[in-house]
Amino acid sequence: MTKDRIDRRFAALKAENRAGFVTYVMAGDPDAATTLSVLKGLPGAGADLIELGFPFSDPMAEGPTIQRAAQRGLKSGMTLQGTLDLVAAFREGDQDTPVILMGYLNPVLNRGFDSFAAAAAKAGVDGLIIVDCPPEEADPLSDALEAEGIALIRLAAPTTDDARLPMVIRRTSGFLYYVSVAGVTGVKSADAADVAPAVERLRKASGLPVAVGFGIRTPEQAAAVARVADAAVVGSALVDEIESAAQLNENVTERVLLKASELAKAVQSARVGNEVRL
Amino acid sequence: MNAPSKPNDYSAYPDAEGRFGGFGGRYVAETLMPLVLDLGKAYAQAKADPKFQDQLKSFNTHYAGRPSPMYFAERLTEHFGGAKIYFKRDELNHTGSHKINNALGQILLAMRMGKTRIIAETGAGQHGVATATVCARFGLPCVVYMGATDVERQKPNVFRMNLLGAEVRPVTSGTGTLKDAMNEAMRDWVTNVHDTYYLIGTAAGPHPYPVMVRDFQSVIGIEARAQMLEMEGRLPDAVVACIGGGSNAIGLFHPFLNDDGVRLIGVEAAGHGVSTDKHAASLTGGRPGVLHGNRTYLLQDDDGQIIDAHSISAGLDYPGIGPEHSFLHEIGRAEYLSTTDQEALDAFQLCSKLGKGKIVVMNLCGRGDKDIFTVAEALGRKI
Repeated sequence: MTKDRIDRRFAALKAENRAGFVTYVMAGDPDAATTLSVLKGLPGAGADLIELGFPFSDPMAEGPTIQRAAQRGLKSGMTLQGTLDLVAAFREGDQDTPVILMGYLNPVLNRGFDSFAAAAAKAGVDGLIIVDCPPEEADPLSDALEAEGIALIRLAAPTTDDARLPMVIRRTSGFLYYVSVAGVTGVKSADAADVAPAVERLRKASGLPVAVGFGIRTPEQAAAVARVADAAVVGSALVDEIESAAQLNENVTERVLLKASELAKAVQSARVGNEVRL
Repeated sequence: MNAPSKPNDYSAYPDAEGRFGGFGGRYVAETLMPLVLDLGKAYAQAKADPKFQDQLKSFNTHYAGRPSPMYFAERLTEHFGGAKIYFKRDELNHTGSHKINNALGQILLAMRMGKTRIIAETGAGQHGVATATVCARFGLPCVVYMGATDVERQKPNVFRMNLLGAEVRPVTSGTGTLKDAMNEAMRDWVTNVHDTYYLIGTAAGPHPYPVMVRDFQSVIGIEARAQMLEMEGRLPDAVVACIGGGSNAIGLFHPFLNDDGVRLIGVEAAGHGVSTDKHAASLTGGRPGVLHGNRTYLLQDDDGQIIDAHSISAGLDYPGIGPEHSFLHEIGRAEYLSTTDQEALDAFQLCSKLGKGKIVVMNLCGRGDKDIFTVAEALGRKI
């Protein structure tokens, strides 16, 4: 049951009384070899969980940064299977860091849910986030993933009301992902004051850890979220580093890992700082 | 409750979840899900409200100019020497296409829901012009997303939209075509969840759009059926429509679904040919998948990436098709052909093969004047 890796990681974070730092990068951006070297470096830079995007031609919920990352990924020849291969290569050197794949339904549907779930489990994938597969449409996918012990991570949004919440948390495991702003990735900023009550509501309803993402770009924002949530997800800010380093012919891996470690420090020290101030 | 009331009641779809057999559904991000569910409720209430229906009928009559005529194309019939060919003249509507039928219905619904800002996607610009027009009529701000390539090749429609007060935002993301314009409109909607109504132009998207757009476009088929009974004293042998997303076709087909003797023929754009990588024939050359909120036939590669559609006709170049067409295709109730840019008259020739004494109705769903520049270029002429 590979989702145990997620449960173990959140249990350890809870024992340390700190939030997790979750990083997102796109597979194949700018090429498979760079993604693998970034993945290998992320745990050392402070990533507690890794989200790995698999590219889709029509990423409807993404802002410009991740749209461009998907285009670069596709241009470099990245596929769903290629993404699984990256996870398998990463797993050779890391048995502890949970890896969550994130993307859109059609490539997974095209592969076939059962075939995908089996291959993903074999590669060492722990969870899956499918942006355009709401719980109403998710049962066939849940069936396939549960059979392989992979968690289908659900998204909750500011628009998810109390009437709908039970549907959202049905059949979810691992953790819940709170989309902290109504919008696409990487554009609006999350407001920690709004995030706190939302996280509490989701935690109570689901009994699961709550990770917050979509509007976190700076160490300050990451720290603010880390004080109230179980994990803070940063995507676009890291992908921006990849894009600019690639454009300037700089070392992509170094640049993105440096950025990741700045954000990780902010997340790791967020609650400690709080306690000191208290 | 939504099961077919008789085994051959093709018109009983979709079910409560927006499923036409295995097609349709609601595949949207969680942020949009509550909005899509709300829209479904609001539309169901409006549909059952005689006041809403009267209001729509009144605007259809006095604003759009319905009913559109049914015209016997005598000389074309003589030319082919086969079936009698009739044209359903939906290009004579206000704004020059069938798109006004849907734009009127949806903007009345948007106002009923208290929405104050309208967004839309457009390919050729016909839906954009229709949406900009109804927004001007009702005084609502309007943003139209249009692929950058289409903005370039459909300048007259861009200018018309601007004159009507709409803001046209060229979309360069992805491949800068109709599908990307639809992605960008979804992104706008997910960012402006409180005040914005997304007025989708074709019978695709998440439930309830496919059923809602079909209902608003069904005025075409309802009129055509009555006009045939009046003019010929019987139903036609076949009805024919072109298909991009498929809204004019489903509007024509739907009222005939349970008329077993009426062949329903949809014609997809085959571009340079369905065996090439430049066409828009989703049913003929695609496979089922999920895009833009619904499960339907799509042009996609081995990895499930969406392939760009091509047609000389801007507006038919959509890589998907409304889910009800996928359903009618799979159960065999409707026939779907494809025609290349070079063979755009094949459908007529096929119809004429029905032979003397038969009757064919073809929906003329839009004026071609927006395409004169494209046609001139294809003919190597300067205008």
